[in-house]
Amino acid sequence: MPDDDQTPQEPKGFLRRFLAAPPDTTSKTIIVAVSVCLVASMVVSAAAVALRPIQAVNSLKDKQINILQVAGVYDPEADVLEAFSSAFEPRVLELESGSFSDAFDPVTFDDRAAADDPATSIALEDDPAGIGRQSQYVTVYLLRDEAGAIDKVILPIHGYGLWSTLYGFIALEENGNDIFGLQFYEHAETPGLGAEVDNPRWKALWNGKKLADETGALQISVTKTAPPAGPDYHVDALAGATLTTVGVHNLVNFWMGEAGYQPFLENLRAGNV
Amino acid sequence: MAHKRREMLLDPMVDNNPITLQVLGICSALAVTSSLQVAFVMSVAVIFVTGFSSMFISMIRSQIPGSIRIIVQMVIIASLVILVDQLLKAFAYEISKTLSVFVGLIITNCIVMGRAEAFAMKNPPIDSFIDGVGNGLGYGLILMLVGVIRELFGAGSLFGITILETVNNGGWYVPNGLLLLPPSAFFIIGLIIWAFRSWKPEQVEEREYKIQTVEAH
Repeated sequence: MPDDDQTPQEPKGFLRRFLAAPPDTTSKTIIVAVSVCLVASMVVSAAAVALRPIQAVNSLKDKQINILQVAGVYDPEADVLEAFSSAFEPRVLELESGSFSDAFDPVTFDDRAAADDPATSIALEDDPAGIGRQSQYVTVYLLRDEAGAIDKVILPIHGYGLWSTLYGFIALEENGNDIFGLQFYEHAETPGLGAEVDNPRWKALWNGKKLADETGALQISVTKTAPPAGPDYHVDALAGATLTTVGVHNLVNFWMGEAGYQPFLENLRAGNV
Repeated sequence: MAHKRREMLLDPMVDNNPITLQVLGICSALAVTSSLQVAFVMSVAVIFVTGFSSMFISMIRSQIPGSIRIIVQMVIIASLVILVDQLLKAFAYEISKTLSVFVGLIITNCIVMGRAEAFAMKNPPIDSFIDGVGNGLGYGLILMLVGVIRELFGAGSLFGITILETVNNGGWYVPNGLLLLPPSAFFIIGLIIWAFRSWKPEQVEEREYKIQTVEAH
């Protein structure tokens, strides 16, 4: 190591002089700080860039596993991609009209990029889910039974919790009103509190709940106490995670409401899909 | 020299264990030991970070100005932790989701900083690397011990493989749910410290004060 050299002469060259200088001078402090930061940031960014393609594949696979799970057809033994593409029919849905759009290829359509693109999204003024911009086109997944009729629809939902935007899916039965399951595949809520949205026991509470009552009014709620509409429309709040719970309540109501999937669900209930 | 290095590697296992003797790194030991697989990945991550951070810090130790030495150490440690996090996300995605924030929290693990400050700043790179790996191993050893107890008696399995068939799955074993909750790790680590100190009484610290008896008049 050059800095261990103890030569009696004045060391030659800038680098040698620099390394031999005592470390506690102001100029050296600044230079050391800057160069350590530079090297560290280069290492970190190189790793992030080099590993991104593998991570993207992983997170896509994870998303597909979540879609399989929320529809109740996940088999850990089977190949995910194959199970996914054989079970589901992805379609791009236009929210406002509630009908499918063929303007985009559902396999390559990127919902999150569409939400940032002014051509495909709108800025929300009334924004209970805290998402800022909403894409007018979303990818939904249809699960068909053996006869080819729609068995379940898997709809992506997202909204703000306490720390993060929660991204998830809600699976509805073919009548467009009964919830089969709900789960989030990406969030950064507090482990042990808000992150209990991943708890299988809590997720199981969603099964069999209903969105709207007979009059068609949206009644689903995630609160501490059951609302007057009755237990069929109520999922118990997470203990110790009030703000995450409020976030989930708002985002489910937002996405199932007029600005969300309501036109599509009405079409589905009327049998027009 | 070879003998000394062997000691440096093995000393932190029992005689100078970072968890049981120095009582460092408890926070993550509570959080990640409910399943062995997660505890194992966490141990490997900590071994990697302590080893390489000690080595890199030792390599530039004579150039680090005293006034910013902690920050320089933190930058090196944090970069390594981000590297581990990125690698986990690329090659062990499921586990990285379970470990969630705790990989990031290796940055604040006192063992890493402790070794950097106490050893790597004063010793050559290879020795520091061995010392870092040794301390990581000592941490890992306790994590695995706690993990075995918690997963075996809490969930009836080891590394996810069923050992004791639980009642829920039609077996005979009633699992102890407390062991899956973080406080149980406190009890287990406490018991391990007790066991270690009964086996090696020289680890018992001297009392800092003595209760004086006052004679009644």
